[in-house]
Amino acid sequence: MKKLATALVLIGSLAAARQVQAKPLTLITKLRYFGGYSAYIALYLVDPHGHYVKTLWMAGGYPYYYHEMTDWFRRSRGDYKGLNGITGGSVGAGRTLTVHTHVADALINAGYKIYVDVASQGMWSDAMSVPLTTNESGKVIHGRNYVAGFEYRL
Amino acid sequence: MFRQLHKIPGLFAALLIVVVAASGVVLSLVPALDTLSAPPAPAAQMNVAELAASVQRHLPGLANLSRQPSGKIIAAYSTDTAQGQDVIDPRTGAVVGPYTTSAFVRWMTSLHRSLFLRTEGRIAVGLSALAMVLLCVSGAVLLARRMGGWRKVFGPARGSLSHRLHIELGRFAIMGLMLSGVTGLWMSMANFNLLPNAMGAMPQFPASVNGGKPAPIGTLQALQAIPVSDLRNLTFPTDPSDVFTVTTAGGMGYIDQATGKMLSYQANGVWKKIYEWIYMLHTGEGFWSLGLILGLASLCSLVLSWTGTILWWRRRQSLPKMKHNHIAHTADTIILVGSDGGATWGFARTLHDALTASGYKCHTASMNQLARHYAHAQRMFILTSTHGDGAAPESARNFMARLEKFHGTPKFPVALLGFGDRQFPKFSQFGHDVAAAVDARKWYAMLPYHAIDRQSVQDFARWGRAVGEALGHALELTHQPVRPRTRRLELVERIDYGHEVQAPTTVFRFLAPDVPPTFWERVTGRAALPRFEAGDLVGILPPGSDLPRFYSLATSSRDGFLEICVRKHPGGECSGYLHSLEPGETVECFIKQNPDFRPVKGRAPIILIGAGTGIGPLAGFIRANARGRAMHLYFGGRDPKSDFLYAEEIESWLTERRLTSLTTAFSRISDRAYVQDRIVEDAHRLRTMIERGAQIMVCGGRDMAEGVMQAVEEALAPVGLSVVKLKAEGRYLEDVY
Repeated sequence: MKKLATALVLIGSLAAARQVQAKPLTLITKLRYFGGYSAYIALYLVDPHGHYVKTLWMAGGYPYYYHEMTDWFRRSRGDYKGLNGITGGSVGAGRTLTVHTHVADALINAGYKIYVDVASQGMWSDAMSVPLTTNESGKVIHGRNYVAGFEYRL
Repeated sequence: MFRQLHKIPGLFAALLIVVVAASGVVLSLVPALDTLSAPPAPAAQMNVAELAASVQRHLPGLANLSRQPSGKIIAAYSTDTAQGQDVIDPRTGAVVGPYTTSAFVRWMTSLHRSLFLRTEGRIAVGLSALAMVLLCVSGAVLLARRMGGWRKVFGPARGSLSHRLHIELGRFAIMGLMLSGVTGLWMSMANFNLLPNAMGAMPQFPASVNGGKPAPIGTLQALQAIPVSDLRNLTFPTDPSDVFTVTTAGGMGYIDQATGKMLSYQANGVWKKIYEWIYMLHTGEGFWSLGLILGLASLCSLVLSWTGTILWWRRRQSLPKMKHNHIAHTADTIILVGSDGGATWGFARTLHDALTASGYKCHTASMNQLARHYAHAQRMFILTSTHGDGAAPESARNFMARLEKFHGTPKFPVALLGFGDRQFPKFSQFGHDVAAAVDARKWYAMLPYHAIDRQSVQDFARWGRAVGEALGHALELTHQPVRPRTRRLELVERIDYGHEVQAPTTVFRFLAPDVPPTFWERVTGRAALPRFEAGDLVGILPPGSDLPRFYSLATSSRDGFLEICVRKHPGGECSGYLHSLEPGETVECFIKQNPDFRPVKGRAPIILIGAGTGIGPLAGFIRANARGRAMHLYFGGRDPKSDFLYAEEIESWLTERRLTSLTTAFSRISDRAYVQDRIVEDAHRLRTMIERGAQIMVCGGRDMAEGVMQAVEEALAPVGLSVVKLKAEGRYLEDVY
């Protein structure tokens, strides 16, 4: 009984903490018809100094190929451990990847950036970034290679 | 156990293996085509710095250089106005053309990796690799058992076409399939993180860079130290604080763009090295010849899936369901069966049904199910075949061990019946072994041990009458393996011989009846002659009988008619029926393949030995010998004036060079001799031919075959050869009746 009470308190406080400190974040990545294998996409946060914070989503089935997303791999030092529960299938050319997640309030408008690194087998990877600000939310930016349009909604 | 281990993955994964293997066959061509289409390799001493510098001159916005296993260099570029990937000529650094991957190859790759599904597809493909490994291992064990030991696995394959194809292709492809299976399984496990992470440690990203003016790429020392052949990937820095990231065959490192120094480097760990090896072995990337070999093996696996399914189905069809099968404890009659292919089960059912009809309570089970004692048993029958070179068949594998545990000596009598093939050196060996083991335990024999050659239903019926005598009432065992679909053929010609020497023998020629075929018959091809080869058997059903009699065919269907050679036996039901036929009448018949009695392929001479009607199939082989291969015929008869079968044809075959030599022996003339006497006289000549690879084919009665075997044995003894050895090589074939 005591344990149950403790657990309930813990769950309640966690939920409260999330309500206070985190905002829902939706990431929408639309790919071009780039003519290659289904693409692997890494979506991750980078701090104002250019240091990797955490991965938001990893689209791609085989961990063995995650290093092909060169920028993600370089910045995160291959943060395979941080991918638990946030991976999904790769994304075919012309398809759209939509990811729903949360982001801490403290990171918004604080110089943090969202990075999108895309790679496809036998082609090189291409990363792009957008500042994580309330201002940029909802604006569509276009990538050079794979990404037809990327936007996030806070 | 191994049969189960072969059957279960085979059946469950057959379709999956077909899809994965078929796509694998297509993909196996890719490395070879890539290598063909790759621009010539650069000079051996060229390093990455030189290559990068020369590409940079031709391609503004160069962002990445990679070298594929085929040696193709791909450059990715990105400027404000354009981006893409180009194939580079490594000798000059010039662009050859844009780099594209074929949509077809991508489609095939997705199919091969995941059947267009996600995780489920990958799991399925991984399981198909596991199934392939199990099939290879169990298949190898089964093959060794069938051939009579590991040393004999490359001996001649015997059996039906499906069986021989399965054995021949399996032997050819097993190493390739094993390699594909093991490497595929490894990759699958690595991708599901069931193996240590192949990526291993990462080089430390440099805390700071020089930050000075970037040096020309051609002068960077760390890049100069890497030969192009070692390069995997080179990513260019995107801003002054960035570095070059280089991946080589040996590891990964970061290079300062101002100083050209390697800032940090991490060599590949052992798991990554293993993974790369496995990847190369599986895909053939960078090793295209291996890729083609694996592709060929995969192609074989398509046929193996098909033949394997056919073999399983035939086996299943031949396993009978026993009616009125009592349990061991209450039965008065125990029937134990040792069977591999299921044929012996068919005979057991015939016995079971006949005894049940006579009022016995039968319990029919496999020999592996031998109980420790039988409470009410009054008699026991053991029917067993032999596996390969004298081993126990599948359903009798544990029999000897269980016999050890049997309580005491049974009070009831036992009848043992073996099944085998005289073409194998150890004819029905396991039956002999069981008989000896039972004898040693002083079991009481109802009948002496008897062995049946090649599932002869006549012999089985004879044995049944002997059983009936022992039981004190009539017992008729009419065994019909799988009731064949019969055809009606019309007798068009008969040539009679041997009347004067009390051996009336006739050559019968049949054609498809001359009636307009129905539409269905035309579609199914049943209007024409069935397909057969000389040496195959035709089963003829005399009117009112279900028991077919088999006769060796003297023609192949290409000759346009079906020919047999039959001697009239006193009281012979079928031979009497045939001899009473007049041209225009029809017979009901079907073809039974006899694929083990054929001349071996090649140019080696063939020695044909036959007496009486035994010349039939031998005449067929000679008739088909249009290429003039050396064929030597030894023929035995009674009197050249009366029963010299095919005398006229033989003369013309000699002039046409279809037949090389003829030696005859006749037993009812002044210079009387048997055909085996001629073998003794010709020992030296025969020995020479056999040493040159000749094959011996014997056809005729049992006594004659025994005599010939002895004569050949004596002829071979001086050179250390034996009939047993020749039989093992498929070079001494018998068709004996």
